[in-house]
Amino acid sequence: MSHSTKSETLSDKWDLDISPQRGWFDLQLGDLWRYRDLVKLFVWRDFVAGYKQTILGPFWYVIQPILSTIVFTIVFGNVAKLSTDGTPPFLFYLAGNTIWGYFAGCFLATSNTFVNNAAIFGKVYFPRLSVPVSVVISNIISFAIRMVVFLVFWVYFLIIGVKLQPNIWILMLPVLLLIMAGLGLGFGIIVSSLTTKYRDLQQLVGFGVQLLMYLSPVIYPVSSVAGIWRVLIYVNPMTPIIEVFRLAFLGTSALNPIWLLYSGGFAVVVMFIGLLLFNHTEASFMDTV
Amino acid sequence: MSETVISVEHLSKRYQLGVIGTGTFKDDAKVWFAKLRGKPNPLAKIGEEDYGNRDGDILWALRDVDFTVPKGEALGIIGRNGAGKSTLLKILARVTTPTLGHVHVRGRIASLLEVGTGFHPELTGRENIFLNGAIMGMTRAEVTRKLDEIIDFSGVERFIDTPVKRYSSGMYVRLAFAVAAYLEPEILIVDEVLAVGDAEFQKKCLGKMGDVAHEGRTVLFVSHNMNAIEQLCSRCILLKAGQIEEISDNVRGVINNYYSNSFEVNSQGLWTNQENQYVDPNFYPLSFSLVNENNEVINSSVRNDSLISVQITAKIELVDPSLTIGYAIYTEDGELLYWSYQTDADENQWTKIRPGIWRFQSNLPKRMLNEGEYRLELIASLHFRKWLLEPLHSVPTINLSIRGGLSDSALWIIKRPGLLAPVITWETEEILDNEK
Repeated sequence: MSHSTKSETLSDKWDLDISPQRGWFDLQLGDLWRYRDLVKLFVWRDFVAGYKQTILGPFWYVIQPILSTIVFTIVFGNVAKLSTDGTPPFLFYLAGNTIWGYFAGCFLATSNTFVNNAAIFGKVYFPRLSVPVSVVISNIISFAIRMVVFLVFWVYFLIIGVKLQPNIWILMLPVLLLIMAGLGLGFGIIVSSLTTKYRDLQQLVGFGVQLLMYLSPVIYPVSSVAGIWRVLIYVNPMTPIIEVFRLAFLGTSALNPIWLLYSGGFAVVVMFIGLLLFNHTEASFMDTV
Repeated sequence: MSETVISVEHLSKRYQLGVIGTGTFKDDAKVWFAKLRGKPNPLAKIGEEDYGNRDGDILWALRDVDFTVPKGEALGIIGRNGAGKSTLLKILARVTTPTLGHVHVRGRIASLLEVGTGFHPELTGRENIFLNGAIMGMTRAEVTRKLDEIIDFSGVERFIDTPVKRYSSGMYVRLAFAVAAYLEPEILIVDEVLAVGDAEFQKKCLGKMGDVAHEGRTVLFVSHNMNAIEQLCSRCILLKAGQIEEISDNVRGVINNYYSNSFEVNSQGLWTNQENQYVDPNFYPLSFSLVNENNEVINSSVRNDSLISVQITAKIELVDPSLTIGYAIYTEDGELLYWSYQTDADENQWTKIRPGIWRFQSNLPKRMLNEGEYRLELIASLHFRKWLLEPLHSVPTINLSIRGGLSDSALWIIKRPGLLAPVITWETEEILDNEK
């Protein structure tokens, strides 16, 4: 074997190639898999550290949805007297809050990935995507707690004889979560990529999510909306998710569940755009942030 | 020839000086709208040339750097501040990307640009070991296997289940370094992290890094501590203005080249804040100088028994009671001799500072410094809260050259070994027989 061929075979065996540009589609998802232990630890850290030195600890997960549901029940149910399709207003709003909380949590917490982690990203390499991915997973834990709260009230209303019609759509819950994770993560990493350049986006996201909630059937059923507003609400990919959730547990919905396919498709597209942008930003953001 | 594990080819990194974009969408839109109407940039400062945002000043932090590192080598990287050392490390650590060129790496690479990256204050020492290990690329199984050794090396066994926010800074650093020490990558990249911690701990770190190098793993080490470089490294790169000035097995030679380079550029006893580089309202330095008894700036070698005063003038706009101002003095090998502060006295004796322009002056002890070249750094901080001018972090620097005046003795006229050359009083008396 001559010397030149030897060095060629050697250079084929490089484990790592650091070069100026990374292809738009070179997402390096394999790296993320190799760092799965880190993702697990991030999930655990967010959960444990978030509530150390608080009096109520994880009970905040219980208190938050109950309090906001009580406010909704008073303001929208008793004062504004919005329709709830014949279901008890408290349960109606609690259902909306529970499912919306997961999406909002994912979106808000992933949207500041780069800016919040600039210090650590500037010192050591690990797949940046592990941060938002861990956020989406740790939000499942808080969702599970809120879901238990919801189920407790739901069972209570069933026992006292309120006419609810739980049905087979309950099995769709994991699918709903998956679509919401995709939407929350997708939107979140798009925003986090753009905030490396424009900090004002961060301000926008806070109330943007709030506004989006009013464009989703969280505090009203789809059936109570008409005209142009109805179109807007149908465009919103969160609408079918909330409606199918209510359909599954409360048995009321004015929306054909087939719309879930639209949400799913939307999630895939947003995730894909998000991944491309995130990956592109990851390479250069240390020089701009 | 042993196998090449790092190959750096035509590596270049370009930075855009000044602001990239304006930071907010509103301002970007303003600039763009003004351009559209043919008006000047509304955000450009008056008197400042309008480069526009796209063609601002360009700095090549690295330019066409080429080198290879064989397996098992301990390679030192030295150079003045701004020579491109940090940029090179950041590219190797994959924290930033090069503008041009490639780096090929064989084997697992771990970078220690800082110890304790990702430590969470609320988590316990043990929990942070796992978290920090994972951030550095270790799997949970690996950390579990090495957990006892890591805890042992850190020397904080007793507090391992206490949240790290209750640790002293020394304990924190020891624990963090312990994790890094057991990373066991094939290639280890280390920045100035050894500048932290006490002397004993630094020795331990250096020892550990030496072990790593002797085990046949590859180490890249950046430092201002030339003794450490000389002890540890088998080859050394001198970077200058983003390019390789010298690369050689003769580590001592490269280090000498570095000194002759750096002292030629700034051999002056006067620094002034000409470019308004440092503008903190708590402490706005105007000048930092060495003066003789006639208040003239010292620009040439002086005897060590002559009067040498360190003089600092500064504008204080915002008074902070914990403001400490002083200097650090280093030997030409980068070894720190001491720090001195204006607050090194009983609190009653401190001068109460009001807003205004102040002069701080202190004489160097006579007949203490050995012959040689010294570097003085201006340091300032809000004590225990914030560095305003942190030693070794691009702070105002002046140089001093000591020649002669060592002693009045006829037997001591040339330089003796040792960092210092103090003249110390001896008492000599005869012991008489009747005292026995």
